[in-house]
Amino acid sequence: MTDSELVLYRAMLRIRRFEETILEQFKRGLFSGTTHTSLGQEANAVGVISQSLPDNVIVTNHRCHGHYLAYGGDMRALFAELMGRSTGICGGRGGSQHIHWRNLYSNGVQGGIVPIAAGMALAEKRKGKDISVTVFIGDGTFGEGVIYEAFNFASLWQLPLLIVVENNHIAQTTPSELALAGSIKKRFEAFGIPAVELDTSDVMEIAGEASQLYAEIHENISPRALILNTRRFGPHSKGDDTRSGEEVARMRLERDPLSILESRLPAHDVAEVVSQVEEEVRIAFDLALADPPALFPERGS
Amino acid sequence: MSRTVLESLNSGLLEALGSSPDVLLLGEDILDPYGGAFKVTKGCSTKYPQQVITTPISEAGLAGLASGLALRGLRPVVEVMFGDFITLMADQLVNHIAKFRWMYNDTVNLPLVIRTPMGGRRGYGPAHSQTLEKLFMGIPGLTVVSPNHLLPEGSIEPGEQLKRLILETSEPVLFVENKLQYLLPLLTQTGLSEFDVHERYAAEDEKRLFPIRTLEVAGAPKPVCTIAAYGYMSELCLDAVKKLAYDHEIFCRLVIPTRLAPFHTDSIEESVLETGRLVIVEEGTLTMGWGAELTARVAEILGARLEKVGRVGAKDTPVPAAATLEQQTLPQVDTIVDAVLRLAGKNG
Repeated sequence: MTDSELVLYRAMLRIRRFEETILEQFKRGLFSGTTHTSLGQEANAVGVISQSLPDNVIVTNHRCHGHYLAYGGDMRALFAELMGRSTGICGGRGGSQHIHWRNLYSNGVQGGIVPIAAGMALAEKRKGKDISVTVFIGDGTFGEGVIYEAFNFASLWQLPLLIVVENNHIAQTTPSELALAGSIKKRFEAFGIPAVELDTSDVMEIAGEASQLYAEIHENISPRALILNTRRFGPHSKGDDTRSGEEVARMRLERDPLSILESRLPAHDVAEVVSQVEEEVRIAFDLALADPPALFPERGS
Repeated sequence: MSRTVLESLNSGLLEALGSSPDVLLLGEDILDPYGGAFKVTKGCSTKYPQQVITTPISEAGLAGLASGLALRGLRPVVEVMFGDFITLMADQLVNHIAKFRWMYNDTVNLPLVIRTPMGGRRGYGPAHSQTLEKLFMGIPGLTVVSPNHLLPEGSIEPGEQLKRLILETSEPVLFVENKLQYLLPLLTQTGLSEFDVHERYAAEDEKRLFPIRTLEVAGAPKPVCTIAAYGYMSELCLDAVKKLAYDHEIFCRLVIPTRLAPFHTDSIEESVLETGRLVIVEEGTLTMGWGAELTARVAEILGARLEKVGRVGAKDTPVPAAATLEQQTLPQVDTIVDAVLRLAGKNG
């Protein structure tokens, strides 16, 4: 198991260091627009996507960097996209939250992408392909009505769809107790979608559950939901955190997916991975920085 | 008896379904024996049961579903029961469907046709009679089409246009039908014998999917006013053109585009260069409408060569249910005639 744990550790660290670099460099003005980092939530992206079959479809949201990197996306291309470089994933058109690479699609508007994921799952089911679709949403997305239309489609037509809820208990600055009535799990169950709920930042636990759910989805061709209670260490976007420093410090102490896994890994392996990832992030960043800015072709050329 | 627009659209759907198993028809109440609220989908589920999916009353979700199908290589065509309900799809149309191809740097196709009937004159009242396509004509990435039943020799009829869009488009299309247009017979050269009818295509329309038609009274003197209209309004304009010619000896050229967005105004500009006058007719409310944009574009290009311009549209109120009130609210043949007389009549 240690080899696999080390692989997952590396995957999570890549996301951690990428996101930290973004926040650091935003202050230096090297990025424009906005960003939403998945600091603290790395185990969700890595735990789930590591268990997804290579041809599966991943649909994600405004907080998509972790999903993209866990899916195997090129780090330089993501840096470049955020810097507005022509080498960006979408040539600078999409920015932080509107990206598409291979079978990964994101859009930054809450909820609207969920029926689209259902449509993709219907397409794959009709084509008879052994492909499922995974859509990542957050607790805040539960305020959007269109997701319930999509849940109904998914159950009604038994679509190969995994809905992953990253419940970080805060939507931008609004705590979920001010926005969410009842239970997320029961909302899925009301539609006849079996749902599993975890409260962990241990990537191995998440990967184990995801693996089981994918087996069921591909075997029975039917939807499942995975609710991951998680913690967001960073601000919603760049500097808009309204939570106390103590609260965030406690989360970091108790729910850091990297520390949790690190405690089970040999120190020299961790050190090696840390230095390799440092190098990878530095090179990716420098290459993106040197890339040409995105420009539309001049009229007439 | 000539076929109707409804029959033509119905054949187009059936032929599209028969042409490719990738074509899926989705919508509310579209299964036989009902066959859709306006019967455009009649027979489809009987002949192609595997390709026709009846959906819950979930317009927003349905638009998203269709977009997902299209992004993964299928060719969905969606029926929205009433054009009024298109507002429920607005987030999908504006923030998702119209954006994907462009924001993903042209790495995806989105072959999707959403068709819906707009328009009043059936007494359905405020939220079932509107003409709302103007809300979607200024959304980059969305093609808005209005089929037409006035057909010169060799032209493509509404059903053929629909079928070809379903099978050939790589971009999302909003296909705007009209409730009264459904009942109109296709007017081919024989039915249009009083008119000289011409057809052209914009240079960028390489697949020749969007005919632009012009009509004027055969053998008449040079036209003095251009009338631009689409969809059901073109039928009213045809009557207005006849009335103006025979009752007032004022001769007009009617220009009918079938693609409303992206805007293409060459044909209208060319005609205005001859006539100097332009009347634009639409069934939607006047404010911020098709006519407003068309006027601005033609004026920008032609400057003072556009001597006079007038617009005819619905009053800026909801569409009333009572037939008498509805008639006072929506454009009629006489309102079009009056608008032309104001510009080109004795005192014009």
